[in-house]
Amino acid sequence: MTEIGEVIARVHREEWARVVATMARRVGDLDVAEESAAEAFATAVERWPADGVPPNPGAWLTTTAYRKAVDRLRREVKRAEKHQEASMLRSDAPEPLGAIDDDRLRLVFTCCHPALAMESRVALTLRMVGGLTVPEIARAFLVQETAMGRRLTRAKTKIKDARIPYGVPYREDLPRRVTGVLAVLYLIFNEGYLTSDPAREPVRGELTAEAIRLTRLVRALLPADGEVAGLLALMLLTEARRPARLSATGELVTLTDQDRGAWDRSLIAEGHALVRERLATGRPPGRYQVLAAINAVHTSAPDVRSTDWSQIVALYDQLARLDPSPVVRLNRAIAIAELDGPAVALAEVDGLPLAGYHPFHATRAELLRRLGRSEESRAAYDRAIELAANTGETAHLIRRRDQLAGR
Amino acid sequence: MAQYLMSVLHDDANGPVMADPVEAAAIDVFNERLRADGNWVFAGGLASPGSATVVDAREGEPVFTDGPYIESKEYLVGFWIVEAPHLDAALRMAADGSKACNRRIELRPFLSA
Repeated sequence: MTEIGEVIARVHREEWARVVATMARRVGDLDVAEESAAEAFATAVERWPADGVPPNPGAWLTTTAYRKAVDRLRREVKRAEKHQEASMLRSDAPEPLGAIDDDRLRLVFTCCHPALAMESRVALTLRMVGGLTVPEIARAFLVQETAMGRRLTRAKTKIKDARIPYGVPYREDLPRRVTGVLAVLYLIFNEGYLTSDPAREPVRGELTAEAIRLTRLVRALLPADGEVAGLLALMLLTEARRPARLSATGELVTLTDQDRGAWDRSLIAEGHALVRERLATGRPPGRYQVLAAINAVHTSAPDVRSTDWSQIVALYDQLARLDPSPVVRLNRAIAIAELDGPAVALAEVDGLPLAGYHPFHATRAELLRRLGRSEESRAAYDRAIELAANTGETAHLIRRRDQLAGR
Repeated sequence: MAQYLMSVLHDDANGPVMADPVEAAAIDVFNERLRADGNWVFAGGLASPGSATVVDAREGEPVFTDGPYIESKEYLVGFWIVEAPHLDAALRMAADGSKACNRRIELRPFLSA
């Protein structure tokens, strides 16, 4: 990429959400905001190489986008022969909450509104806040471009027709709405970290990186929110292990066998600092903060043997109180195996209602293997392989199964 | 301000179609609050779907068909029309309404003029 091309790409990363968000407030129409922001960036691509980069690129883009939007609205008004301009986003929304009154935050809450389907929230957030193009989002979720375009159009139509407000939520709704935003960001991250589609490469860095970038933005907008910090720390500590997570042959490498020297030390340092910051507040942690703390313990150990397993079990106990789901109990049992041995862990795992969840069978397979129960272990691997969708994970499970003694 | 239709859905599996005294009292309280807050437009309860007649006059002579246009386990038993500045406000009313009448509610905006 040329030097100017790199500048434009950087400005796009840094300014896209702000331009869309400002435009949405000024013209009251999310569709027009998106289109005019895209046109402003297209104009920058045309002009900047010859005219040079303006001293304040963000302001230049917003001004250009505004002119494009006014032109567009004029054309539409003329065509419809009516002077009432489309006003889709309402800013007569709940009171702004002081420090967090930022157009980009309004945009995030609108895109992650609970009245929209989860897949729409993800697509809207990646498009409006992340600035990904429709083809990029379609590729990321392996759907046809036209289908993704329709999904976005449907979501924008609902925002307009149902009058989803362009604003921060009611104060009483805020914790739940922030949780909703974090769920969207975590879903984007996980889709990158453990791709659920068997036709895709097992780990996709562009989605994890995008999720981290968006979470950093939300953290900048809501700096006092512990769960936002917790999710960012969780993502950083997970992302730090990504270089060690795939073998040369594309097989997933479990935490136990990872080359810890390949972990990204600066991401780990940043994640640990966030976890320490939250601990220092003395406030009871939420789910993401506990998950981040668990990952902080893992990433503090120079090798798997020196992991503080009792600390990990204690954190899972804490997590189970917040989220008493069978998946949490399964993960707790994996830590129990290290502390009290595979027999105790297997007793905890058996009977969990997770027959359709491949990690349940993979965990049973590993525990049965350690207990020398090869035949049962093989059957559990078979079931896990049947259910797993990620190519790297399937390869790992097949190799583990085929290493079993006998037959 | 926009108007929203709050459709009350009933499933016979969850009990009788008529509101019981506790539900009826809660609905009265909810209606009073809608009026006091200036959100009230209209509300009503409907007779059973079996009492419906589908009318089709598209081909000239009207054709009357006994019964609802669609048979389903869950059906419309009543509705509110409320006025709200935006969806977040309407969602709160729908949540309170659902709690009051102890039934699911479908919230749907009217097309704005």
